[in-house]
Amino acid sequence: MGVAAIKEYSFESADRLENFHGNQLLYIGWDQHLLFCSPFCLPFPPNMRFGDIIDKVLPGVFGYHPDFAKIDWSKVEWLKSSQPWQPDFNKTLAELGLKHKDVLRFRTPGLTGIKGSAS
Amino acid sequence: MDMKVGKKKLGLKEKYQHMTRGLGWETTYQSMDDVFPFVKYEGIKIHDWDKWEDPFRLTMDAYWKYQAEKERKLYAIIDAYAQNNGHLNVTDARYLNAIKLFLNGISPLEYMAHRGFAMTGRQFPGVGARVACLMQSLDEIRHAQTQIHSLSNYNKYYNGFHEYRHMLERVWYLSVPRSFFDDAVTAGPFEFMVAIGFSFEYVLTNLLFVPFVSGAAYNGDMGTMTFGFSAQSDEARHMTLGLEVIKFVLEQDPDNLPIVQQWIDKWTWRGYRVLTLVGMMMDYMLPKRIMSWKEAWEVYFEENGGALFKDLARYGIRPPKWLDQIEQDKDHISHQAWATFYNYAAACNFHTWIPTDDELDWLSQKYPNSFDKYYRPRLEHWREEAKKGNRFYNKTLPMLCQTCQIPMIFTEPGDPTQICYREVDYKDNKYHFCSDGCKEIFEHEPEKYIQAWLPVHQIYQGNCFEEGVDPTAEGFDPLSAVLDYYHLAQGRDNLDFEGSEDQKNFEAWRGMATKNAA
Repeated sequence: MGVAAIKEYSFESADRLENFHGNQLLYIGWDQHLLFCSPFCLPFPPNMRFGDIIDKVLPGVFGYHPDFAKIDWSKVEWLKSSQPWQPDFNKTLAELGLKHKDVLRFRTPGLTGIKGSAS
Repeated sequence: MDMKVGKKKLGLKEKYQHMTRGLGWETTYQSMDDVFPFVKYEGIKIHDWDKWEDPFRLTMDAYWKYQAEKERKLYAIIDAYAQNNGHLNVTDARYLNAIKLFLNGISPLEYMAHRGFAMTGRQFPGVGARVACLMQSLDEIRHAQTQIHSLSNYNKYYNGFHEYRHMLERVWYLSVPRSFFDDAVTAGPFEFMVAIGFSFEYVLTNLLFVPFVSGAAYNGDMGTMTFGFSAQSDEARHMTLGLEVIKFVLEQDPDNLPIVQQWIDKWTWRGYRVLTLVGMMMDYMLPKRIMSWKEAWEVYFEENGGALFKDLARYGIRPPKWLDQIEQDKDHISHQAWATFYNYAAACNFHTWIPTDDELDWLSQKYPNSFDKYYRPRLEHWREEAKKGNRFYNKTLPMLCQTCQIPMIFTEPGDPTQICYREVDYKDNKYHFCSDGCKEIFEHEPEKYIQAWLPVHQIYQGNCFEEGVDPTAEGFDPLSAVLDYYHLAQGRDNLDFEGSEDQKNFEAWRGMATKNAA
């Protein structure tokens, strides 16, 4: 670990939390729906209620997909850092222990993308 | 009175000796270590710079003559092309987007290569290596200039060519080629030589230049074809230098092998990631295709590269890491990249579109294992939606890979339905990667990559708006503010090809050249 350098080489992360004006970054990906080419990066205040992200933010992000309207959020499977994870929609990001630059994925069993192509 | 008159002219061998090796000396007022401060810290051990075999056998005076001749021929053709409205002879106006990608993404790298070789040449105590780097440095600035001159002709008529310099440092996708080269020029001189001289110029260069230059020839773009050919004889010299460096370094000391191997692994992977853009260009952006990305990879990397690494095995070098993943990826990455630019066409300086039926069939035929199953349904869905006036423009910013800076579009090896996620915790922060390759490169030098200027994060930090813009003002439109910062005109430089100004102008002007006025 480290860098081959002619003198001491140490820097702060360009993306540390304090650079985001009170927000933290949360990455969200919808598995098997690659119509969206990659997961998304979104800034939220730590006191944002998780359910508000589902209700108020995700429709604008994923709503273009015909599967989106069919999602039953009570059956959605969540992964945090690719490990199973259970959110409480009434808690805030901070209360759920979500940190800056955490990554969430959600899976929607039965919804397999455009013509079952995972698109 | 008898006077001894020296020979008027030096013999070739003497001249070569005087004008290369004879130019160096051991310094005495200052220590050699102070004069060449970067040559040891990377851990590479060189015992005898005189063992360097000059790969070109060329002296500077001859170099200028050769290059001047090439320039004369090139500019004669470029002038004729411009005067005859050669731009109207390209296959169709979609082709212009391939050369927008080239001017914006590749030509600035030629300039960076010029700087890199100048820096590297300055740092090498061996004169042979220094002169070779000097020539390559000059070649690279010539390539940057000839490309800019050739393509400036298109800037008179079409959009998206206007500010490649400005955009390189700002537009999201251009951070991919830019950070690739910044990584190389901020390394030491030996790593730079392995990164650019060997991995890029030797191993991967055919995958960059052949597709663009042949693509130009196939699509009636004489201007681009001509600068490609003019550069070709220089490229042959660059490849020889890249290979000579590897052999020289490995022969000098056995301790150099693991360092060089790690660089080859890193830079083959880094270069391969940048070439995703070329794969997309070949499969989607050339109205008249040359070959598929997959075919090009098989010929230029698997066959030619395979032979090269067989040859290097006697030095202890093995083929680069992650080739098993690359082997699986070749059915996918060009489609994943085009989908990305289709998604983000609102924030881009070239146009995207859905391929025609013939072109979709061509892709099905070239990619029997992947296209119909994973990608065709996606494209056809988008086409249907666009017909209904609902063309998809993704307005939410993507998650990026910390190392290659490409959005996280690549799928798990062996599962094209699943995005590949990798992450590392380093000093209280989390970092995300598109692949094992990018993750391992980060882990080797985390302090370097935590400084990455990731466009998405920079936008959210408020660093990508013009001065005086207030992101907290009512009605603030972030996309429009970012386009201003990029110097992109909404509705002219971006969005779908269908309905674009380029499309309309090209049709009207070609019509004037081939039809009578009504």
